[in-house]
Amino acid sequence: MALDATARGPLRPPLSRRLAERGVDWTLLLLLPALVFAVGLFVYPMLYGLRLSLDPVEGSAFANYRRFFSDSFFRDTIWFTVRLAVPALLINVLLALPLAYRMRYAARGRRLVTIILIFPLTLGSVLLGKGLLNFLSGTGWLNRALISLGIVDVPVQFTHNYWGVLIAVVLADFPFVFLLLLSYASGIDPAYERAAAVFGASAWQRFRLITLPLLAPGLAITASLAFVLGFGVFPSAILLGQPDGATRTMGVAAYSEAFQQFDFPMATTIALLMAAIELIVIVLVLALRARLAPTVTSGIKG
Amino acid sequence: MSFEEVRFDRVARAFGETDALADLTLTIRTGEFVAFLGPSGSGKSTALNCLAGLLTLTDGSISLDDRRIDHLPPERRGFAMVFQNYALFPHMSVRRNVEFGLQMRRVSKAKIGGRVDDALKLVKLEHHAEKFPGQLSGGEQQRVAIARAIATEPPLVLMDEPLSNLDAQLRLEMRTEIRRLHQELELTTVYVTHDQQEAMSLADRMVVLRNGRVQQIGTPEEIYASPSTSFVASFMGYRNIFPARVARQQDGRVTISADGVELNGIAAQGTPTDDVIVAVRPEDVRVVHGTDIPDGNRVDLEVEVVEYGGREYTVGAVTSAGLLFHLLTDQPLRVGERISVAIPVERVRVYPAATSDIPAGEDMAAGELEH
Repeated sequence: MALDATARGPLRPPLSRRLAERGVDWTLLLLLPALVFAVGLFVYPMLYGLRLSLDPVEGSAFANYRRFFSDSFFRDTIWFTVRLAVPALLINVLLALPLAYRMRYAARGRRLVTIILIFPLTLGSVLLGKGLLNFLSGTGWLNRALISLGIVDVPVQFTHNYWGVLIAVVLADFPFVFLLLLSYASGIDPAYERAAAVFGASAWQRFRLITLPLLAPGLAITASLAFVLGFGVFPSAILLGQPDGATRTMGVAAYSEAFQQFDFPMATTIALLMAAIELIVIVLVLALRARLAPTVTSGIKG
Repeated sequence: MSFEEVRFDRVARAFGETDALADLTLTIRTGEFVAFLGPSGSGKSTALNCLAGLLTLTDGSISLDDRRIDHLPPERRGFAMVFQNYALFPHMSVRRNVEFGLQMRRVSKAKIGGRVDDALKLVKLEHHAEKFPGQLSGGEQQRVAIARAIATEPPLVLMDEPLSNLDAQLRLEMRTEIRRLHQELELTTVYVTHDQQEAMSLADRMVVLRNGRVQQIGTPEEIYASPSTSFVASFMGYRNIFPARVARQQDGRVTISADGVELNGIAAQGTPTDDVIVAVRPEDVRVVHGTDIPDGNRVDLEVEVVEYGGREYTVGAVTSAGLLFHLLTDQPLRVGERISVAIPVERVRVYPAATSDIPAGEDMAAGELEH
């Protein structure tokens, strides 16, 4: 194409230049490894699982889903899982929020507390579960302490029931919730609270009117992730709970279908329903947060 | 809650071993506009934060009339403040931001609306009430911050470098605006800045600080005309500052010599010792012609640098021995031109060298503020 020197108006820049202005250039190739990863390890198994769940051992395509919702043996696992995940999430957020708030700008002690809290994360849930099994057992430290303090006469049953699993889930997820909230809380410019204080807001008002709304986006993300963590509860549900009864969570049900009944299509169905419920809850939480505090852009323009 | 005066009595604040502020004694009368002026690390913001209650004192006291307030938390002092980065609440609309202080002070709902409207009108933002801070320009955010402060009709407004994030033109505009508001509302204002022009144009009285210590307190005129130390002089635009030796002195008149130049001046701080610092403002160095020899000092110079500044030229010219003088003139001088300048004796200020070394932009970290 010859350049026409008499043409009016600006010259049309070459295609590569026009694409680059829209963010299309060679650096896009850097996305490739992540894309391969996502497709290979997430999208493909997901679609494979979906196909598998629609190919039941017996019955028509949706037989597995129909069976899940019609048989209380399966249906109740939703409730068993929700009543672990939701209280664990609430307990953790309520415990972690004040602590994270208190430590948000702390210079001293922050590293120590962080290390102490990260430690359970490094242990893994199996070791944590085994440890709790001893600690919470009839002759464990907790019961011995309660008895010697005269609070109870006979050992309290903490294990092989709902409570043992709840305690395990709370302990396992707390560091995660705390560290997330701490980083969100310390990301809030302290100037806002100082301004609020000068203008007459008490400590509680500063928290409620300034910090909490500014923390809401982080709180929503943290709550969503904590719910997903709790919803997947599996090792502690088996170790500390009643995997055939009160703590037969969806994870346990999927496992037993797959490796005890060898009904892979049913196991996959349960796994997909878990994913669907998690997704619904996350969408609900994020919608709630959008209603409570509209997204705002902060910062200073020149 | 009105008052007659705010009194700082030997106020000090240390961060570890470092004295960010030491021995500040000052009385601010109601209606007064006082500016704390100094370079970074001079303690000016520390003093303001102590007054706001955002920092506790390590010594001394602050009182409103006879009531000590230094033990009160910020929310119980009833002041208002304009912050350097404005600190507008990003999740609240402009209106809600301005309302905030009124709601916290339990002003009745009926009154709040009118006072918010008035405050927004004063800063000409009545059409932006429903916007969020993130949607406003820097200058508009700044005006919201001012509206938030004046809406509470506070007995005392604190301003912490409120103009430092604005560009030059907006800064001048807002400076006039702040002065206008102060005259209109007669609000007692304590203002912190590192810009001596800003301090001079706004303040009734200035407090010049350095390394946490007061250098001089006075009206802008006093400080501009008679800086008490060579540090204050250098900070107030005495660009010609050089070391010299005393040749003779008599009745407060001092003759100094520096690089072969002899100048007659006045002792500005005590009786000069042998080694002194001489300070002269560029605007006091006047180009003279021929035999027109005025009272005072005459120096022959060669023009080295000429900067055009609109109304006048800023000229750098050196003596034959290489001593540099800055001067202002409306004549278009050429580089290399030989000129004579006259400097009035009373405008050559001589300071002792030992106690008033020339500041070299030293920065003393004031440490993190406590939360």
